[in-house]
Amino acid sequence: MTRGWLYRLPLPALLAASALAADGAAAPAADPGKAVAFYLVAAVTVGSALGCAIATNIVRMAMCLLGTLGGVALLYFLMSATFLGVIQLIVYAGGTLIVIVFGVMLTSRAYGVKLRPRPVEVLAALVVCGALLVGLVAVLLRTDWPAAPAGGAAEGTVAALGGSLLSVYLVPFELASVLLLAVMIGAAYLAQPALPTAGDGAGPEE
Amino acid sequence: MNKFSAEDALRPRFTAAHKALALRGFVIAGVALLAAAVGFGFVAGVAQGVGYAAAVGGVVLAGLTGACCLLAAFVIRFAALVGRVLLTLALPIFLGGVVGIVVLAWIPALLYERVDGIKADHPGAAVSVAQFEAALTGNAAAARGPAYLAALALWPLQFQLTRDVLAVVGVVGFVSLVAMFGIWWERKVAGRMQSRLGPMRVGGWHGWAQSLADGLKLLQKEDIFIAGADRALFRLAPYVAFIPAMCLFIALPFSAAWVARDLEVGLIFIFAMLGVGVLGVLLAGWASNNKWSMLGAMREACQMISYEIPLGFALLVPIMTLGTLRLTAIGEAQSGGFHTWLAFANPFTFIAAIVFFVATLASCKRAPFDLPEAESELVAGYLTEYSGFRWALFFFAEYAEMFAVAALASVLFFGAWYSPLPASWGAAWADGPLWQRAVHGVLYSGPIWFVLKGFFFFFVQLWLRWTLPRIRLDQVMYACVQVLLPLTMVALLGNTLWLWLVRPGAWLAVAVNLILTAIGGLTVVAMAAIVLYGYLNRRRLVGTMAVDPLPGG
Repeated sequence: MTRGWLYRLPLPALLAASALAADGAAAPAADPGKAVAFYLVAAVTVGSALGCAIATNIVRMAMCLLGTLGGVALLYFLMSATFLGVIQLIVYAGGTLIVIVFGVMLTSRAYGVKLRPRPVEVLAALVVCGALLVGLVAVLLRTDWPAAPAGGAAEGTVAALGGSLLSVYLVPFELASVLLLAVMIGAAYLAQPALPTAGDGAGPEE
Repeated sequence: MNKFSAEDALRPRFTAAHKALALRGFVIAGVALLAAAVGFGFVAGVAQGVGYAAAVGGVVLAGLTGACCLLAAFVIRFAALVGRVLLTLALPIFLGGVVGIVVLAWIPALLYERVDGIKADHPGAAVSVAQFEAALTGNAAAARGPAYLAALALWPLQFQLTRDVLAVVGVVGFVSLVAMFGIWWERKVAGRMQSRLGPMRVGGWHGWAQSLADGLKLLQKEDIFIAGADRALFRLAPYVAFIPAMCLFIALPFSAAWVARDLEVGLIFIFAMLGVGVLGVLLAGWASNNKWSMLGAMREACQMISYEIPLGFALLVPIMTLGTLRLTAIGEAQSGGFHTWLAFANPFTFIAAIVFFVATLASCKRAPFDLPEAESELVAGYLTEYSGFRWALFFFAEYAEMFAVAALASVLFFGAWYSPLPASWGAAWADGPLWQRAVHGVLYSGPIWFVLKGFFFFFVQLWLRWTLPRIRLDQVMYACVQVLLPLTMVALLGNTLWLWLVRPGAWLAVAVNLILTAIGGLTVVAMAAIVLYGYLNRRRLVGTMAVDPLPGG
């Protein structure tokens, strides 16, 4: 019986390795604890993203997605962007993911269905992801990153965000609202029961 | 292996021989450790050298352990006496424990203040132990005197990490207490409302140790896995439910200074954590590979997705009125006594407070919205296949959430950690000497009030659970979409217009405030009267059973 591979994970070694890695990359983060936390959270994020791609069971995929989304939220918290992190949790982990899991539960009949991509799909995914990776790395290397202000994020970021959403970025904000309204109307239209038409007789036939 | 027989079951596990052995062992260990402590202290006193601090630390540790061993030996030797004392003094010990915890929890706040003061004198990097000692003794030259030990104890407190660890330990401890106390209380309340006694035996005084005994029982239970269940997800689910429930308390302010992390986005952080916790229930239902569990999980998902909307809109009302998401700021805005509480500010905040409470009932799966468990229809819903400690984790999460939302209701709408008395009455003591500040902080505006209000709304949740029947799923949806949602829309729109049109201090604002405050006060008085009536008549049976005996009886 294979009992708990998790228990045998060399956690101390992992911690030491991440501490070493943090030492090696001490330049960007002055706080070694923060660096260790960053590497741990990043490992969780990447690991669950991989799990999401590899898993064959759709609910397990969803749970790996929870790890990824939560990890990204933690990264935001680490970067003192608390508002962004919380919104990430509300919108993706608390909203989208629950709707996905709910939909899966409603629709998936068989528990043992395994989702295996065909080789062509794997190839296509590799090509697209490779292109994305190259593009992202290129952008990352070219960008001139502004240094973070000392002493973490300034107070009043939420008020500033709200102000700019309703002044500078008012048009995109309103466009998004209109789009969401259209989506809601469309959903309500699709979800309403089919009205009996003239030639239909008395209701749906069974 | 010899077979298990009835004799084995009857034979006591902890025999007299064991007892004597344990007694001797504890006495020997205690005496040895105390002797070691004294010897170490002697050596350290002679040396006063580099290892002084370590030696003193070792002495303290060894001495404490030795004392504990001797205490254990005493308890074993005089078990009957100790048991009798504990039984008679259960209630005073309980009350003393509550007061003691509050006073104990006061100490870190004072220590933090002192450490911050010293830190302010030494700008730059971390303050060294020697600098702490100098600040404590007021003598820069003094080195490694008796104050060195105190400095050594204060030194870690200057780091945020230490404070975070302490805060998390406090949160975990508090949540455990809330869950244990809440479960016992719920059983007592349920018993009284059904004309029975509830737990009475364990521990003596009204079965106060019932939750402890249940916890021990749950720890010993077999950890069952269902054939065909998704083992990894089945294991993961309790944690996915439990961790967000704990995270709620990270942002929950027990008082202006008593908050683990005073987040700028505290309110929506709690909202997010309430939403994420549902995933644990969903996962538990799915991973159990059981139709009942699955149905329970689906109901939970339906209910949570729907009730997040009125909940969010109800939260918008205080946010709009005060213009902040910071929970401590929301609390501070209601410091002026009963009539400044946000629920009584205008009619629309009053509506929002009620909607908020109803929606939190749904998000905590409490009756009349307890469809996910629905023990009369779904066995136990999503909990059906769980046993032992995993089951206990779900309950810890549920009671932690219940208290958190109850406390959140008090923070948002009912004056947070402030007493109903006007602020001016206690203003003189708020800035007085230390003992006056302690009395003010403990009795007038402080965590005691927060916890009391939290437990008041917790009690209302219990009250509703044992009073109202469970409603059907379509009724749940009807209540959300056709009743609560329009109500929150009215509250939101009305609050906007009110803030826009009615100036604070205008006669309309004052009159509405007075009326609403009176309604709130009368409600509380009426509730207290009902409780008092029930208490005074607690020995009478309810209904007609008591007065109309059966024919021929």
